[in-house]
Amino acid sequence: MSTPTISLTPNVRASEPPQEPSDSTGAASKITVRGLNFFYGRVQALHGISLDIPERIVMAFIGPSGCGKSTFLRTLNRMNDVIPATRVEGEVLIDGQDVYAPGTDVVELRRNVGMVFQKSNPFPKSIFDNVAYGLRINRLTTSRSELWERVEQALRDAALWEEVKDRLRQSALSLSGGQQQRLCIARALAIRPSILLMDEPASALDPIATSKIEELIVDLKQHYTIVIVTHNMQQAARVSDNTAFFLLGKLIEVNSTEKMFTAPNEKTTEDYITGRFG
Amino acid sequence: MSTAEMQTPSTRVPSPLERLRTLLSPTGNTGDAIFKATMFFAALLLVILVGAMVVALASDSMLSIKQFGFGFLARRDWNPIGGQFGALPFIYGTVVSSFIALLISVPLSLGIAIFLVEQAPYYLARPVGFLVELLAAIPSVVYGLWGIFVLAPFLRVYVEPPLAKYLGWLPLFQGSITGIGLLTGGVILAIMVTPIISAVVRDVLTAVPSTQREAALALGATKWETTRVVLGNGLPGIAGAIILGLGRALGETMAVTMVIGNRPQISISLFEPSYTIASAIANEFTEATQDLYLSSLVELGLILFLVTFLVNAAARLLVRSVTRRASGAGAPA
Amino acid sequence: MNRADRTRRLSSAVMTTLTAVCTFFAVGILAIILAYIVWRGIGAVNLRFLIDSPRPVGEGGGIGNAILGTLILLWLASVIGLPLGIATGVYLSEFGGGRFANVVRFVADTMTGIPSIVVGVFAYAIVVLPMHHFSTLAGGVALALIMIPIVARTTEEMIKLVPQTLREGALALGAPQWRVTLGIVIPAASSGIVTGAMLAIARISGETAPLLFTALGSRFFNYYLDQPIASLTVQIYNYAISPYDEWHALAWAATLVLMTMILAINIGVRILTRKRF
Repeated sequence: MSTPTISLTPNVRASEPPQEPSDSTGAASKITVRGLNFFYGRVQALHGISLDIPERIVMAFIGPSGCGKSTFLRTLNRMNDVIPATRVEGEVLIDGQDVYAPGTDVVELRRNVGMVFQKSNPFPKSIFDNVAYGLRINRLTTSRSELWERVEQALRDAALWEEVKDRLRQSALSLSGGQQQRLCIARALAIRPSILLMDEPASALDPIATSKIEELIVDLKQHYTIVIVTHNMQQAARVSDNTAFFLLGKLIEVNSTEKMFTAPNEKTTEDYITGRFG
Repeated sequence: MSTAEMQTPSTRVPSPLERLRTLLSPTGNTGDAIFKATMFFAALLLVILVGAMVVALASDSMLSIKQFGFGFLARRDWNPIGGQFGALPFIYGTVVSSFIALLISVPLSLGIAIFLVEQAPYYLARPVGFLVELLAAIPSVVYGLWGIFVLAPFLRVYVEPPLAKYLGWLPLFQGSITGIGLLTGGVILAIMVTPIISAVVRDVLTAVPSTQREAALALGATKWETTRVVLGNGLPGIAGAIILGLGRALGETMAVTMVIGNRPQISISLFEPSYTIASAIANEFTEATQDLYLSSLVELGLILFLVTFLVNAAARLLVRSVTRRASGAGAPA
Repeated sequence: MNRADRTRRLSSAVMTTLTAVCTFFAVGILAIILAYIVWRGIGAVNLRFLIDSPRPVGEGGGIGNAILGTLILLWLASVIGLPLGIATGVYLSEFGGGRFANVVRFVADTMTGIPSIVVGVFAYAIVVLPMHHFSTLAGGVALALIMIPIVARTTEEMIKLVPQTLREGALALGAPQWRVTLGIVIPAASSGIVTGAMLAIARISGETAPLLFTALGSRFFNYYLDQPIASLTVQIYNYAISPYDEWHALAWAATLVLMTMILAINIGVRILTRKRF
């Protein structure tokens, strides 16, 4: 079990000495968010979120439905840009650079920050073409054989290769729900992002498929920084190193998962964890 | 009620009226039965009318069918005085003008639909979309009027001469330039058909779930690449939209009549006048004094009816398959 | 890698521009057509024009009889077409599960695609031939036939939008099905049904082809259903294809009147439906 790192937010007391000194510039963190406000039109959905996410861990976002965790996740790869009339204030620094700075190359950002969605959304193409899509449009390979290698590697990383290696030309829609979701993960992994965002990736799946995805996530964190939104607290406990708890658009607490679920700092967190609400 | 009472118990069967009542109204309420019956007959009338239409068209063209048989479709003469009638010039004019219309309209309509659904800012999409749809509200005869006095002269002066000059080696662009002819007919049809195709393609693209767009964007796709994914999702529907436009173009009457020249001839040149099935019926119906003449015109109508029926049925099947797929389906988890 | 990247973004920008060009080209054509109608038509539109019947060339004349004729034809078509269309739409939405309903739906959809000239031929066969002359009635029937499937489908769509809970609430109080439909569902859907009807009327007001050999056209004022009657669209056509410049001007003016009517209905409907939300 990797030693958890915690970050300091203004109204949270540190109860363990941090593993790495997170200085004020947050340079050691992969993702640093400062004072993020988010608006759908005139409605404010996120209030003053500040958070650090270190490299190569799994960070879980938990909270009752409507608390803003998915909205926040989507700000990290600027996916909310596709919704009209949204507005962002504050900073989101990835590798030290603010992704909301004017002139940011959003296409490049999304190449680096992959996303897996709640309901699997494979393209109506073959399995191979789905995984190859990101590689092709970003021109990441120079030869056919290299393309095949990358596709195979991605499918192996997503623990799907053995199941589909004989039918790569078949339509992706012929796979089961759990397989389709792993296909979407393979598709995202193929372009080798450094960060992987997962929005309730297993919520539409049966328990067996869910556990496969969870195993996958624990494996993947060796190479990727993973942020996962989940409404399932047991899943968060099983899979993540750090957890952030959201309520009504505010970040209530960030802590190592172990601490969060045994001795959280905030009363509200404790109430949620023990099921008193939500 | 009294009928049942008068029957002896051992032979009591429901009277026809009661059987009808139960059929019409599971609730047993008389008002319901009457209501359903009335609505049913209205709907039935619609079906009967269409059936009657087919029968009437077929029977009134019997004379011509008996006279010319299937050869009607291949004959080129249209000579009322001599009693010789053939459909080929009209079929040619109808098909070529519709083809030109689609050639111009399809890229235009796709561009419009893509712009309005994928790219326009949301405050622009609705009013601009409304304006494009307004093109469909303009009556055919108004397009014809505009065609005669604005489009035809424009083509005659600014479009056909350059075409003749630079592409005149093609037989398509040879011959005298009057502004009235196949090309003008095709262009005006293109304008008329564009709002229809673009409206249906807009519906199709809107029906594609946004998760498909987001999946492409999340992989670093540009706007156009994302649009291509969406188009791929909607392909059958787009095909349906195009075929729907074709159906409309085939049947257009007034605008085409006014700009196509109305001469039953088959010529390769697009500058030459031509004749469509619909125009022929419109122009000559009231002048058809002989039975055979009239019957031939009705047979033209029958041909047009059958062709547009098939085309439209195919189109609707295609469009429905996409808009239905968007709301579900997928392999069992 | 960077070069390929720039090509991608360039093509994306080019395509965005192209699609915008297509759209504004289409809107531009609309503007040109409407502008021409106003420009060429406005000169000849005056009160005399709107009241008089046509005169021989050189003597002026107007479209009064044509306006009246169109109104009579629209009224006749609505009287025949609206009840049948709405009833069919009600049937489809309330009893619409079975095979027969699917047949009706298919037939209605197909009918909307039938060229209006073919409908005119049919109206000729069933009204003009038995009566042995052209008539207003034939024209009205032709227009009604075009109208019925459009109204049926929009009515069905609008009634389907009425929430099921509304029906169930009434049924739970012991109201029979027909009472619920007539008294609750249809009134709830009424604004949508009216919208559909108005759009259908706007659509048939522009029809010319089916009138050419049913109502035929006339130079006089006419009120009798068994006589031919003038209409705006046929009059525009006749003026337009004539060899006289003066009549061409009258064609534009008549078009202006017709388009005003049609646009008024379309835009009016649009405003009304927006208010509902």
